[in-house]
Amino acid sequence: MYEEFSASRTRRTVTATARLMRALHLDGMLLSGLAVVGIFGLFVLYSAAGDNTALWFSQVARFGIGFAVMIAIAQVPDHFIRMASPIAYVLGLVLLLLVAVAGDVGKGAQRWLDIGIIRFQPSEIMKLAVPMMCAWYLHQRPLPPSLWNVVAVLAMILVPVLLIAEEPDLGTALLVAAAGLLVVVLGGLPWTYMLGGVVIAGAAVPLVWSMLHDYQRQRILTLLDPQSDALGAGYHIIQSQIAIGSGGVFGKGWTNGSQAQLEFLPERSTDFIFAVIGEELGLLGLIALLAGYMFIVGRGMYMSTQCRDAFTRLLSGSIALTFFVYVFVNAGMVTGLLPVVGVPLPLVSYGGTSLVTLMAGFGMLMSLYSSRKLLGS
Amino acid sequence: MRRVRIKDEYLEQRIFLQRSAVAAFIVLGVMLLLAGRAFWLQVLRHDHYAELSQGNRARIEPLPPNRGIIYDRAGRVIAENTPAYQLELVREQAGDLDTTLAELERFGLIEVDDLERVRQLVLSRRSFEAVPIRLQLDDELVARFAVHRHELPGVTLETRMARHYPFGAIGAHALGYVGTISEDDVTRLDKERYFGTGVVGKTGIERAYEDDLLGSSGYREVLVNAAGRSVELAEGKADQLRSRQPQAGRDLRLTLDIDLQRVAEEAMAGHRGAVVAIDPSNGDVLVLASLPSFDPNGFARGISRRDYLALTEDPDQPLFNRVLRGTYPPGSTIKPIMALAGLEYEVIRPQDSIYCAGQYYLPGSRHKYRDWKHEGHGTVDMHDAIMESCDVYFYRLANTLGIDRIHDIMTRIGFGAPTGIDIGGERGGIMPSPQWKKTAFSGHSQQVWFPGETVILGIGQGYWAATPLQLATATAVLATRGKHFRPRLVRAFVDPVTGAVDERAPWPLPAIVLKDQANWEVIVDAMVAVTSGARGTAVRASRGAAYSIAGKTGTAQVYSIGQTEKYDASQVAERLRDHALFVAFAPADAPKLVIAVLVENGGHGSSAAAPIARSIFDAYLARGTG
Repeated sequence: MYEEFSASRTRRTVTATARLMRALHLDGMLLSGLAVVGIFGLFVLYSAAGDNTALWFSQVARFGIGFAVMIAIAQVPDHFIRMASPIAYVLGLVLLLLVAVAGDVGKGAQRWLDIGIIRFQPSEIMKLAVPMMCAWYLHQRPLPPSLWNVVAVLAMILVPVLLIAEEPDLGTALLVAAAGLLVVVLGGLPWTYMLGGVVIAGAAVPLVWSMLHDYQRQRILTLLDPQSDALGAGYHIIQSQIAIGSGGVFGKGWTNGSQAQLEFLPERSTDFIFAVIGEELGLLGLIALLAGYMFIVGRGMYMSTQCRDAFTRLLSGSIALTFFVYVFVNAGMVTGLLPVVGVPLPLVSYGGTSLVTLMAGFGMLMSLYSSRKLLGS
Repeated sequence: MRRVRIKDEYLEQRIFLQRSAVAAFIVLGVMLLLAGRAFWLQVLRHDHYAELSQGNRARIEPLPPNRGIIYDRAGRVIAENTPAYQLELVREQAGDLDTTLAELERFGLIEVDDLERVRQLVLSRRSFEAVPIRLQLDDELVARFAVHRHELPGVTLETRMARHYPFGAIGAHALGYVGTISEDDVTRLDKERYFGTGVVGKTGIERAYEDDLLGSSGYREVLVNAAGRSVELAEGKADQLRSRQPQAGRDLRLTLDIDLQRVAEEAMAGHRGAVVAIDPSNGDVLVLASLPSFDPNGFARGISRRDYLALTEDPDQPLFNRVLRGTYPPGSTIKPIMALAGLEYEVIRPQDSIYCAGQYYLPGSRHKYRDWKHEGHGTVDMHDAIMESCDVYFYRLANTLGIDRIHDIMTRIGFGAPTGIDIGGERGGIMPSPQWKKTAFSGHSQQVWFPGETVILGIGQGYWAATPLQLATATAVLATRGKHFRPRLVRAFVDPVTGAVDERAPWPLPAIVLKDQANWEVIVDAMVAVTSGARGTAVRASRGAAYSIAGKTGTAQVYSIGQTEKYDASQVAERLRDHALFVAFAPADAPKLVIAVLVENGGHGSSAAAPIARSIFDAYLARGTG
């Protein structure tokens, strides 16, 4: 009797939560995944931040803001998002041009725009505005896209990407390009075009090489042979691999990573925090984190397949896969598989802007998903 | 014709699903790639990276050993380690280095002459390393630094162990000194043993016993951050770091008697010269004095360029160890041994007498060999000849013995070769012979041995050159009636931890056994007469002694002044005066101490050298200790 009563109360609570979730247009599974990885990230950041507890609390606050933004955006109806897409894109372009003309210089790059109340990077807007624009454009056209449509979409992607790369911010440019291209690929970009693109890209390598900044070239060369410049550009890669490798299967223990705690590892709380996990929590920690990411990406992709129209499908699929690109570019860089590109580890690295953009994206994903369910209900 | 396409919702959804499936495979593949990369780094290559990580975080910091302490024979400390203040500079904290150095100079904390050297020293080290820029600061400098500390960023006052010689210049030539390791030293030293040690023994005992005194250095690993600075160790992690304790060097107990050394040096004050005192029963060197001396503390605290030049350019050559390296004609001090040779080879008997008219001619030669006493000594036998130091008697004896027999006995008693004392830098002097002449000269006419050269060896002149130490050891053989010991300065090693004393046995050399051992007494009696006989040459210096002294005076001629030596005109006359020599032992019948004294340009042995030996005998024998 008692047990039955208890069980039913549990069921009632679950249902109540589910109702609340639905009312707020949130996806419980995705939210749980984000929360678990986010808490794991805060746990790691506490160690990586060392004595700097202020940094940690500020990241906790940013998570709060990020979740708030996500919930807020999840309330926006999908058609509104679609309508807003070209506006967001144009606004982002204007801001990027403003940055090129009057932006603030920080760490040798002109990325910031100071609008009195806050400083922010317009390139962050483009991380969402570009896939929104691409999805919006393709939504109105039959798929798979015609060559002309593909060229038009590529132009929409390339203009902001070049502006961002010119700041220079290669990492963000790469992610913006990836977000846009993923929309086209999911939209049904013919394989032949893709092959042709790869050939053209291969041919363009010398041209791109000549356009790269010295530090960017150095990063690529360093990837090929880190020891060639062990105390310069290769230092990051060598130290991060030492950190990860010395962690072993079980790690040196939380807050006990000598590489990280003794500052051998550069950027330990931002771009190289993946190495801190590897050193302190070992292979098990890294696999747990990667599994968490897999869950988020997988859930996101599942949600996108449930969407009702091309715009929502393409945009949500792109958001889910771009998140995966984030993970791969950062983890690949830190483990020495990819060149050093300034991309933070999503949900874990310290840093406000990218976290908020990320959560906004997931908010959008939830909104698009819930619109489909609302239709069905 | 333009083909019009319309949106096909079903097709679009199928394409999307298809693409998503491909993407899912790619995602899975890439995730496995990342996990595989992590597996490669963390499992397959774990040992490699673990090693690198350990090397990254740990820096080895040296723990230099305490240098062995040196005691004199009575256990008085004559070389010790004392905490001393030194100035250290960390370049990266000093702001502008040149400005800081200029400030240090302005406050008198470093000297102008040393500015460049210090600057180079600091620049040669890493920017975060503390470089010692001035060792062993005295109280005044410490106080001065305290006043100006705030004006000198990056400069700190640290306490370190430093070598200190409490008796200063007394015994400096026996002790030697430690000095900063030079570039030359670096090539010959084992770097691991000197890890963290800044000084090395340069001369004397400090150098000869370097191996015992040094000990072995230890180290400890300290946790460092990427900038190379050490950081505090969190509790519970200390066991992860390795360390090795340093082993202090062995303490030395010397044969030297620092009180007696002081007596000798005070008696020699104002003179240049050498004094050696040996216990004939075992070769223990109780006094080893070369005057003028120098303060070894100057070297231990890092001698300034100016002070070093002052020492090397001093015409009195304070750094020159006259006891070991000064070679002088032994003069009449060898007459007793020459007489002994005559008896041993049976070319003369004690009672045989000759008539001395103040000059000697070789048969068939018109070259005149003069006696120091112009009018001659009259009829003298062996006893008189030694007592009065009759030259003619010994010219004749030398000629009768011949160079080969002289060379033989003099070599056996130690002339012409280093005595083998346990500190380095000793010279062997010259015991001439026809053989030696052949190798020493290149011209044929110079290689011929002339009979006249044998004659003057009879009075210790000619090519003969001996160190004061050789004179003392030869005299010790007379004192012990044939026993011969290698002179030594260290008689025991002491373990600094357990206090266990490792006594060294004396090092005997082949004894000299005469055909008739009674001949020793003939010679010793004559030497006693030198200090007590009616016409003895050292009677005045020995008057009133409570013990009998056996001695022999000597006067060595100075032929010319070395070309490298610089003297002003007023000094030349003084520098041309004869060297005064005196060798002696007492008590004559049971000798406890043998002394050799040399006073450069002192004139006569009787007046300049003998009184110095007397004051040492008095000081030593009055104690009644052995």
